[in-house]
Amino acid sequence: MIDIQNLNVVFGTGRLRVEAVKNVSFTVKQGEAYGLVGESGSGKSTVLRAICGLAPISSGQVIVDGKPVTSPRTKDFYRTVQMVFQDPYASLHPRHTVDRTLSEPLAIHGVKDAEARILQALREVGLGPSFRFRYPHQLSGGQRQRIAIARALILRPKVLLLDEPTSALDASVQAEILNLLDDLRRRLGLTYILVSHDLAVVAHLCERLLVMRHGEAVEETSSSALRSGGASNEYTQSLIQASQGFTRKPADLAAAANG
Amino acid sequence: MTKPLLEVEDLRVRFHLRTGTVEAVRGVSFQLGRERLGIVGESGSGKSQTGRAILGLTPPPGEVTAKRLTFDGIDLQKVSKRTLRELRGGRISMVMQDPKYSLNPVMTIGEQIIEAYQAHAKASRAEARDRALAMLEAVKMRDPQRVFSLYPHEVSGGMGQRAMIAMMLVTDPDLLIADEPTSALDVTVSMEVLRILDELVSERGMGLIFISHDLKLVSSFCDRVLVMYAGRVVEELEARNLREAKHPYTQGLMRCLPTLTNDVRPLPTLNRDPSWAL
Repeated sequence: MIDIQNLNVVFGTGRLRVEAVKNVSFTVKQGEAYGLVGESGSGKSTVLRAICGLAPISSGQVIVDGKPVTSPRTKDFYRTVQMVFQDPYASLHPRHTVDRTLSEPLAIHGVKDAEARILQALREVGLGPSFRFRYPHQLSGGQRQRIAIARALILRPKVLLLDEPTSALDASVQAEILNLLDDLRRRLGLTYILVSHDLAVVAHLCERLLVMRHGEAVEETSSSALRSGGASNEYTQSLIQASQGFTRKPADLAAAANG
Repeated sequence: MTKPLLEVEDLRVRFHLRTGTVEAVRGVSFQLGRERLGIVGESGSGKSQTGRAILGLTPPPGEVTAKRLTFDGIDLQKVSKRTLRELRGGRISMVMQDPKYSLNPVMTIGEQIIEAYQAHAKASRAEARDRALAMLEAVKMRDPQRVFSLYPHEVSGGMGQRAMIAMMLVTDPDLLIADEPTSALDVTVSMEVLRILDELVSERGMGLIFISHDLKLVSSFCDRVLVMYAGRVVEELEARNLREAKHPYTQGLMRCLPTLTNDVRPLPTLNRDPSWAL
C-alpha cells in the first residue's frame, strides 16, 4: 500500500542545512498498522509530513497504492491518504461548526450527498447528530479528536496518517480514542501509519514498527517481539525501560540516550 | 514521624466567574513530611490549583480558603505578603511544566539563577555566581560555564528543565512543588531529569510534591500518592500498593493504559460514576 524507499528530507541550505530524515525505507501492506517511534527531533513526524506533501522529499521515493506520488499531490492522492494531527485544540477551526469542518473536504472533492456523509461520519466516530452544529470550544478534547478523525474519514480514504493522535489527551480519553481507531481499522479496512513517542501506544495499535533516532531508522521490529522482549537494539531497550516508569537504579539510560 | 512540614486541611479554591462560581479544589486535606508525595489526576481535577494555592499563586479572581494551611508552623493564610514572598522561592519553590515558558527569555540562565539566589540570600555577586555554577553542576550540566552564559532558547528542553531545577534548588528550599516537571520532555530525557531531581531531593532531605497526570510515573517515583478527581482527593495510598487501589477511578486509570506486557483489546475505558464527584 505504501512503499517508502531511501527517503531523505532536507531543510535549508548551507549552514542552516538540516537533514531531518536520512535514508529511511519501509513498506506498509494494505490493512496493516505501522508505527514510527522516537523522541522529538527523530524525524518521525517529518516522514508522515513528507508522505502527504507537507514536507519536501529531497530524494528517494514514496509510492502510494502502486503510484509514485507527485508534487503537488493530486486530489486523488488526498482521497486515498488523510491525516489526523496531534492537537485537536489546534487542528480544528475555532469559528467553524462541526458541520462546516466536515463539509469542507466534501466540497473540495465535489461529493454530492454531503448531508448523509456527515451524519454517517459522526456516527462512525461515536458521536450523535446532536454534535453537528457545535463549535470546537463546545466539545471536550476527546470529542474534538473524534471530529478530527471524522474529517479524515469522510472522504473514505484507504490510508490514515496519525501524528500523535492521543498525546494531548488524558489517559482515560486516550483509551477511548485508541479503541475507536482499532475498531475503525477493522471495520473499514484502513491502513494506518501511526507516529508516537509512546511505545506502549504504538505496540497496542500497530503490528510492526520502526524505531527512529536523529533522522535515521534504528530498528524495525514487531509489537509481539517488543512484548516478548525481543528488541535487539540498545536504544530500543532504553525506550522500553523508560516506558515502564521511573527506576531508582542508576541505569545507563542517559548514556544510551546521549550515545 | 516528626512534625509535618506542610499541613493542609480542607483547602478550597473557588473562582467567581460571570457564569457562576466554579470550585476547582473542594476540600483537600493532607500532611507532608520530608517525603515524596505525588498528586495525580486528569486535566481539570484541581491538582495544579492545589499546588499553586499552597504557594499563594492562585490567579485572580480565585479565592483560597482552608481550615488549616501551615508550612513548618507558619500559617500561610495569615502571614504578610512580604513574609510570603520570602518563603516563596526561599523555603518553598516550584518547578513548572515547560521550561520554554517559565524561564525569562531575555536573561541568561546564569543571571536568572543568580537573581533567584540574591533575592533570598545576602550574598555578593561573586558568591552567587559560584553558587549558580555549583548548582548547574549539581544538575549534571556537562559544561556549567557554557550553560551559564546561554539564553533559554539556546538550550534543549531537558537542559532548560534542569536549569529550572537548579534555579529552584539554589536557595536550598525545604519544600519543592513540581508541577508536571517532565510532561514537556521526551521519555528518556525525562527519566534523566527525574533521576537528578530524585538525587537532590533525597540528598537534601527536602519534601517534594510531585504533580502529574501520569499515574505510572508518579507511583514509581513517589512514596505516597493522592488521587484527585473533580477537585477532591478520592484516594490516598502508598505508591507501592497502587495495585491494591480501592477506588474505581484509580483502578480505571490504571487499567486504561496500554502496556507493553499484555495486550488487552479493546482497552477498558473509564465509566465515570457521577457519585465520585460528590
